[in-house]
Amino acid sequence: MKAVVTVMPKPAILDPAGVATGHAMEHLGLKGVRSVRIGKSIEIEVDNADEKQLHEICHDLLSNPVVEDYTLEILS
Amino acid sequence: MKVAVIQFPGSNCDTDCQAAVDSFPGIQSEIVWHKETSLAGYDAVVLPGGFSYGDYLRCGSIARFSPIMAAVRAAADSGVLVLGICNGFQILCEAGLLPGTLLRNNGLLFRCERLHLRVESNNSPFTSVLHQGQVLDIPIAHGEGNYFADAETLKALHANSQILVRYCDASGNVSSEANPNGSLENIAGICSHGRNVFGLMPHPERVCDPLLGGTDGRGIFQSMLEAVAKAKVK
Repeated sequence: MKAVVTVMPKPAILDPAGVATGHAMEHLGLKGVRSVRIGKSIEIEVDNADEKQLHEICHDLLSNPVVEDYTLEILS
Repeated sequence: MKVAVIQFPGSNCDTDCQAAVDSFPGIQSEIVWHKETSLAGYDAVVLPGGFSYGDYLRCGSIARFSPIMAAVRAAADSGVLVLGICNGFQILCEAGLLPGTLLRNNGLLFRCERLHLRVESNNSPFTSVLHQGQVLDIPIAHGEGNYFADAETLKALHANSQILVRYCDASGNVSSEANPNGSLENIAGICSHGRNVFGLMPHPERVCDPLLGGTDGRGIFQSMLEAVAKAKVK
């Protein structure tokens, strides 16, 4: 099984690294930068996993539910 | 009295914590490797600072699943005192033994400096020899110390007086200027609802000997060790 987990800071959480990166984009001439949010993309290849178990891993290990949301996409 | 100092791969304040604890008479500290599964015979537990697992994924997120953490959780549940300093605080939050979490510093910089803390409550086994409003001169050294909790959690922290120390200036004023990392309400350290688990970002173990330029960290260890001694007498 191949899966991709995307972990993003929750909308209400300030992402200072994203803000700083947005400033750099403006510095490079990109106009009208409204928001830059930095998350993580985690690619997983695994034998014999079920989706429920992967969701548990996403919730307990790969994201911190206090400040992050995740999406799990099963590719194959 | 025996104190366990947990060593994770990447811990780097473990021997400093040992030196701080061992400077009190009658205390013997031991390093306990994270692969161990028992804390039987220990009267208190310290999770030291450092960069466990290289801070991969999130600070403390992998250490939280180390074999020893089941024993730390069991010890905490049974009332044993657990002190988490810096990365130890991050691990305790990831493990859910303390509420909230620690985000990247709002200024993005790793801050390594002396600053001041105000004792918000001495009603805990970690602050009992201090007095409310006392200002401590204790260093910080972290890149992810920006304490965050949702509104409901923050309300509970207030209701139970779980906020034990806040960042302040030399006169004890809690202000945004004195906040090194963007922490919610200048929070530097909190205890659990049961008050026997305490996590803080500053490093009290680094100011426990005049040779190191200060002794303001001693009160936290002294409080903790006196509480253990009292519990043993009972």
